[in-house]
Amino acid sequence: MGSAVFKGGIHPDYHKEITASMAVSKMKAPSTVVIPLQQHIGAPCEPLDGIEEGVRVKMGQKIADSSGFVSAPIHASVSGTIKTIGAYNHPLGRPVKAITIESDEQEEWDEKVKPPGNIDDLSPDDLRKIIREAGIVGLGGATFPAHVKLSPPPEKKIDCVVINGAECEPYLTADHRIMLEKPEEIIYGLKLMIKALGAEKGVIGIEENKADAISVMEQAVAGEENITVAPLHTKYPQGAEKMLILVTTGRKVPSGGLPLDIGVVNHNVGTAVAITNAVREGKPLIERVVTITGSGINKPANLLIRVGTLVSDVIEVCGGLKEDTRKLITGGPMMGLAQPNADMPVIKGTSGILALTDQDVYIAESSPCIRCAKCVEACPVQLLPTSIAQAAEHDLFKKAEKLHAMDCFECGCCSYVCPSKIPLTQWIRVAKAEIAKANKK
Amino acid sequence: MDNNKMVVSSSPHIRSIESVQSVMTDVLIALFPAALMAVLLFGYQALITMVISVATAMLAEALWLRKRDIYSDGSAAVTGLLFAMVLPPSPPWWLVVVGAASAIIIGKQVFGGIGYNIFNPALVGRAVVVMSWGGHLVGRVWSQPQPFAFTADISAVTTATPLSGQEEALAVSLTNLFIGSAPGCLGETSALALLLGAAWLFYKGHIDLRIPGGFIGVVFVMGAVFGGGFYGGALTTGLFHVLAGGVMLGALFMATDMVTTPVTTKGKLIFGIGCGIITMMIRLWGTSPEGVTYAILLMNAVTPIIDNFTVPQQFGGVKKSA
Ligand code: SF4
Ligand code: SF4
Repeated sequence: MGSAVFKGGIHPDYHKEITASMAVSKMKAPSTVVIPLQQHIGAPCEPLDGIEEGVRVKMGQKIADSSGFVSAPIHASVSGTIKTIGAYNHPLGRPVKAITIESDEQEEWDEKVKPPGNIDDLSPDDLRKIIREAGIVGLGGATFPAHVKLSPPPEKKIDCVVINGAECEPYLTADHRIMLEKPEEIIYGLKLMIKALGAEKGVIGIEENKADAISVMEQAVAGEENITVAPLHTKYPQGAEKMLILVTTGRKVPSGGLPLDIGVVNHNVGTAVAITNAVREGKPLIERVVTITGSGINKPANLLIRVGTLVSDVIEVCGGLKEDTRKLITGGPMMGLAQPNADMPVIKGTSGILALTDQDVYIAESSPCIRCAKCVEACPVQLLPTSIAQAAEHDLFKKAEKLHAMDCFECGCCSYVCPSKIPLTQWIRVAKAEIAKANKK
Repeated sequence: MDNNKMVVSSSPHIRSIESVQSVMTDVLIALFPAALMAVLLFGYQALITMVISVATAMLAEALWLRKRDIYSDGSAAVTGLLFAMVLPPSPPWWLVVVGAASAIIIGKQVFGGIGYNIFNPALVGRAVVVMSWGGHLVGRVWSQPQPFAFTADISAVTTATPLSGQEEALAVSLTNLFIGSAPGCLGETSALALLLGAAWLFYKGHIDLRIPGGFIGVVFVMGAVFGGGFYGGALTTGLFHVLAGGVMLGALFMATDMVTTPVTTKGKLIFGIGCGIITMMIRLWGTSPEGVTYAILLMNAVTPIIDNFTVPQQFGGVKKSA
């Protein structure tokens, strides 16, 4: 293994050494948490009956839910009193309705948080229900509700579960630490997924730059006959769904299709641990591991953080920002989102908080395309980024669609390599939005 | 935290350190072995030709764009050096000036500047001077190399290139052609120096082997099959066609010019093969002994069409039955 490759991709500076050797430490729960009612792809949640300002809630108590299938409920991450319910800044851009809880520092668990009994007796449906009720979403950053991925339509037979331990985004080390520190939970979670799906086997893909994680995970799977560890080349975006599945299973997700079309379901290592915690202990998803790093952070760290903790509080715990910090990013540097300030909560999908100083922030004017084809070579889905971007620039969205703009998953490789510094990914995003709009009509 | 100073821009948030300038500088570095070889073979006159050409090209571009930064993105210097390399080693200075300025202005700026030109600017410059002052570039105008004689006046003895006829061809050995000790354009004679430079470009990821591979491959095959085997057999005749004249310089440095060649992988192969076929059609069955310039310019013209017809299959996509 480790020999399979995907076409394209890039080799950026990884900067993972900043935090790779730092064990995950628990950040003390803050005095106030702000919990957005939308932290997943799908229908937003609404506060449950009785969840109002002034009401006391307990840790792990479900406070919001939705009747939509593609959705995931929200839980209180501290015990305390609800102060307000209203719009608050959100990492995804627009303010979103959120429940603000003032902690009473009692850390009192909700009574409903308890082991569900004999795990061997749980049916696949029971498992899916537990996972849904625990509010688990894809923790790699995609935030797709986990139970939905575990509920394929009956005509799609799933035989293989792929666990993503690639962590190909530069700087981030959260998944790396999870693999080193929670191997047993990852394998257990994987087995639960295999059971829920009626699958036959599981494979855990890890980039070769995490040799220690590979050996820890290999030890952990010793004796499991249907689970393997696949060392992967270190190349961004190795952890992207389509690339990861190709190199671990040899199967290609069809254009416009889903992994389940080829019998595969994939989940992140963090998600596997969350599933284990939910099924073994009944714990909902109220905290996650976040890497806080970059040239602008005084004390980088890997922290276990309560969902709803303000980014500003996290940064304070990490010694604050350096004077010349120019960019604050939630997520990784390739696909993360630049934030105007730190006044927003950590949500279920926040894998990293990255602060970059002047020297690492690239602000350059773009110049005309010199047709060097580096973007073409870098695109992992074999598009012609330069042509799509040019079409978008000239409002030729039909042409952009013909050039398969909708297959772009915004990995950023094309913009990264472009010597003319053309914001190709941004242009393609514009094209995608326009194409989607036109096709809705 | 001062919120106003945060840059909010679209992902990705990191960029490679490569710039147009760094790419062009890499091309200049890659041309260095050939330039050095030119000076070793043809002496100070070759050096002067190159200096005039590069200076004129940079100046013409700076004046046209009203820019003070004369090196700027480096592309004008590249064009200037490449233009010098397709001239005889000691042409009149005014011819170099007019040609280099034409390369920049007619070859590049009138199209809208870097990135927008359709034809290889250096070859446009060459086409201009060949059409206007052909007497200086066609026939027995080619200096014999005088290795390591820096101050020698090479214009004293001139001859025809090995491509002009069988007699001239047989006068040079393959080894001399490979090293570069043969009459010809200033920068085209040494395959060795050109290959060294191209290896650097390949190492830096600036060229794709499909273009030179297709070009050189076709020249070899057509030379071997249709060349009449006059150069000691079919294979050696093929090799002769690869090493003599402008194929190496053209295939490694002109046909790999980024702006004027296809961006698709398939397109690059087609481009290279097309250049090879046209070059050999001119050499074997045309009126002119050499065809590299026009082969590349013709293929430049069809580059947009090639790109359009070679859009790659996207990941997981299926061929639509057209
Ligand atoms: S952002 Fe889109 S077009 Fe650019 S490299 Fe990634 S997938 Fe290809
Ligand atoms: S990488 Fe930039 S300069 Fe090169 S072809 Fe793509 S868009 Fe053009």
